[in-house]
Amino acid sequence: MQYLALIYSTPEPTPDYGTPEFEAMMKEWRDVTQVYQDAGVMLGGEALQPVETATSLRKRNGTLETMDGPFAETKEHLGGFYLFDCKDLDEAIKYASMIPTARTGTVEVRPIMDVG
Amino acid sequence: MVADAQVRQALNSVISDQHSRLLSALIANLRDFQMAEDSLQDALTSAISHWERSGVPSNPAGWLLQTARRKAIDRIRRARNFDVKSEQYGMLLQLDQKDAEEERCEDIPDERLRLIFTCCHPALDAKSRVALTLRTLGGLTTGEIARAFLDTEPAMAQRLVRAQNKIKAAGIAYEVPDAEAWPARLNSVLTVIYLIFNEGYAATRGDRQIRKDLCEEALYLARLVNQLRPEQAEIEGLIALISLIHARKAARVGPDGAMISIEEQDRALWDRLAINDATDGLKTALGRQTPGPYQIQAAIQAVHAEAVSFAHTGWPEILGLYKALMKYDASAVVRLNWCVALSYVKGPKAAITASADLAKDLASYQPFHAARAAFFRAAGDFTAADAAYLRAIELSENASEAAFLEAKRRCAKKEAEQLLGL
Repeated sequence: MQYLALIYSTPEPTPDYGTPEFEAMMKEWRDVTQVYQDAGVMLGGEALQPVETATSLRKRNGTLETMDGPFAETKEHLGGFYLFDCKDLDEAIKYASMIPTARTGTVEVRPIMDVG
Repeated sequence: MVADAQVRQALNSVISDQHSRLLSALIANLRDFQMAEDSLQDALTSAISHWERSGVPSNPAGWLLQTARRKAIDRIRRARNFDVKSEQYGMLLQLDQKDAEEERCEDIPDERLRLIFTCCHPALDAKSRVALTLRTLGGLTTGEIARAFLDTEPAMAQRLVRAQNKIKAAGIAYEVPDAEAWPARLNSVLTVIYLIFNEGYAATRGDRQIRKDLCEEALYLARLVNQLRPEQAEIEGLIALISLIHARKAARVGPDGAMISIEEQDRALWDRLAINDATDGLKTALGRQTPGPYQIQAAIQAVHAEAVSFAHTGWPEILGLYKALMKYDASAVVRLNWCVALSYVKGPKAAITASADLAKDLASYQPFHAARAAFFRAAGDFTAADAAYLRAIELSENASEAAFLEAKRRCAKKEAEQLLGL
């Protein structure tokens, strides 16, 4: 089954590029991605630009409305995702729980709908 | 022609003994709770007419399993998105072929452990876990579960469907967890069973009348898990815990239906046989040297059980046990219980100080205010005691609880008046 792990976190100042703290943070992400690749469960994964860059849109009666910002006003924002291929939910949860920001934010695991 | 009554009796006996086992085996084949329930229902309907015509088969449960699988094959074929190559469909055909060739009904495989772990999966919300467990393993009807939770039947039905759909759509495995996941997953199963027990316990105080006693149901489920996976200390601990509390059943409610606290219970009404059994079970569990929260809670109840009177309660031991329990569960409720034990060991003033910082977490928790009232009363601060009693009464959930607290409050007032020489 395929699962999307949606990574939500509260926007916090990240360490400056080039500092040892920044390196440590990046290493954690690289390491966990490596774990997924080695286990053969990773179908994809990306980090998103901060929420300030988001544009939401909807089409009503044929008219396109765009809005500056995310769809929902929440404290935690979608910051990235991984797409996993796992045998069941338990396995997906096991891998999703290794995501570094699971310690501070929330990771939502959703099965991908099988449309045949 | 077989007598109608004979068929019904045979059916009822299979349902009461084998329903959850049949369902667990069917879900293992179908991987679909709803279809398993529906197919089993089809098979039961079919059994009435077939058995009346040709007699009750020698293995009624095996007959039902085989028939339910065929009904499932029909259902799958009729489905809009029928897929001949689906794994489940292929397996069903194979099983049916095997049954036909061997001209016998196999023994029903026991998949109830997989069933209970699936129903109690932490990805489902707590109330749904309880409801699903009662429905599939306890064999309660949706209506009975709804009444137990003071819900409407449609709301409970919807909750069950939602949970069953999530199991299927989210890919919750129909498996007994591996060794790594076992402790956490077992704890979730035991929590569900203990919640069922506590619901039953609470129901005896309200006016909720249901066919099955949820306390008995919880005991049955705990014993079932123990039977399916024996020699697990925490499962044995939970059985002991439930049995020890349940053994006080006759003493807990007065003739007028009012609840009686352990302090004022007539201990002659306690079921000594059950207590001895439970204490023996707890000793076996503790001997396995794998301590856990249910064994500790059972040990606390065992200390109460062995005291000849409330005054003889071994409070220092209970205090130590609550301290040990806090290692597993540092919730405010456990800390409050530790404070209650402390009040008997070190006096009410120590308990007042120790419980002060729980006020924020437990502001709307009735037992907190009742406990604080008792501490203040014992310490001679009757004004503070009265205020705490009033707050507890405000927060009580039913008339019997409120009456109980009101009586305590009156006693405290009388005591104050006597001390002041009024």
